[in-house]
Amino acid sequence: MEENFLSLDDILLSQERLPVRTECVFPRLGFLEKSSDSQDIPEGTKMELPLWLSKGLYEKKRKVLSVELPKVYKEGWRTVFTADPNVVDLHKMGPYYYGLGSQMLHFDSPENPDIAKTLLQTFIGRFRRTMDSSQNAYNEDTSVLVGRLDCLEKVLFRSGQKGLNGFQSWEKGQASQLTASSLVLNYRKRKLVDVQA
Amino acid sequence: MFCEKAIDLIRELHRMSDGQLPAFNEDGLRQVLQEMEALYEQNQADVNEAKTIGRADLIPSIKLRHCCLLRNQRCIFAYLYDRLLRIRALRWEYGSVLPANVRFHMSAEEVQWFGQYKKSLASFMRSIGGKEGLDITQDMKPPKSLYIQVRCLKDYGEFEIDDGTVILLKKNSQHFLPRWKCEQLIRQGILEHVMS
Repeated sequence: MEENFLSLDDILLSQERLPVRTECVFPRLGFLEKSSDSQDIPEGTKMELPLWLSKGLYEKKRKVLSVELPKVYKEGWRTVFTADPNVVDLHKMGPYYYGLGSQMLHFDSPENPDIAKTLLQTFIGRFRRTMDSSQNAYNEDTSVLVGRLDCLEKVLFRSGQKGLNGFQSWEKGQASQLTASSLVLNYRKRKLVDVQA
Repeated sequence: MFCEKAIDLIRELHRMSDGQLPAFNEDGLRQVLQEMEALYEQNQADVNEAKTIGRADLIPSIKLRHCCLLRNQRCIFAYLYDRLLRIRALRWEYGSVLPANVRFHMSAEEVQWFGQYKKSLASFMRSIGGKEGLDITQDMKPPKSLYIQVRCLKDYGEFEIDDGTVILLKKNSQHFLPRWKCEQLIRQGILEHVMS
């Protein structure tokens, strides 16, 4: 899955840090690695780089750096996810669990097929619950339901809620009522806060 | 680390995910551009050195800086583009005249862009629907009747309707008005549509 160049979510996703190991010397960039005082980043340094940088530097032919799997995609966690995907707090683990996971497939690793499978199974296992709660929590505080969802699931949850609310207002015959734009209302709320502060 | 300033810009937009327009962060943008300039100059110097003295070991560093340049570029593009989308949405929500506090958050170029968008939209609406044109920002929900009952939520002042009658929109007063005349005011939160 390719990233969308202009999507804010994808940019934030690619900001997630990955543990990497340098496979060559990076001259004159020693200041990026806080733990040592040398001018260069020596070969074999373990550091954390954001996904976009790791992806940009990574080459299959010429090894510049090797990327390690973040903990949540490793064997140990994968077993947890297969056991019961519903109990894990993906917001804490991620919050871009699916997105980052599918980006990890860019890096050559023998575990790739397993990661892909776990991602899919986790999503399938959780989807039923996400969909069910988004379709039935009407006029309720949803923060508990949403709190443990991954970003992707949150988007799905919200669109489900939008559908539910739309349907309910149609049933009550309010669908044809003209309403103030939510943008305008939010601006007014903010202004009120500004005045109070 | 490089590109921290650029991601801050993105975070700032992302925090206001409901389509609101935060103030144009000129300062942040300038800092990103400065960082890019510094990165470019360092790379230029290193490239020259790699070429003349043949120091191939500099290449990984050059590549790293180049990645940062591209990243900064992407962040700035996304920042500006996302703001344009939000500004475009404003035209449909507020109509062609923006309230001062919204306009205040836009840069000079964005104000200019908004003006041009307004113009293109207007000339498109004139070109369709026969001689008088068609206002496509009207009737976003299919109308059920020509006249609707509205209640005034704040003091707006005088308001002229089709037949030339002037009515006074005072807070808490109720009126029976042509739908197309008050649709915009409802969207702006001045009138409220009362369903019987």
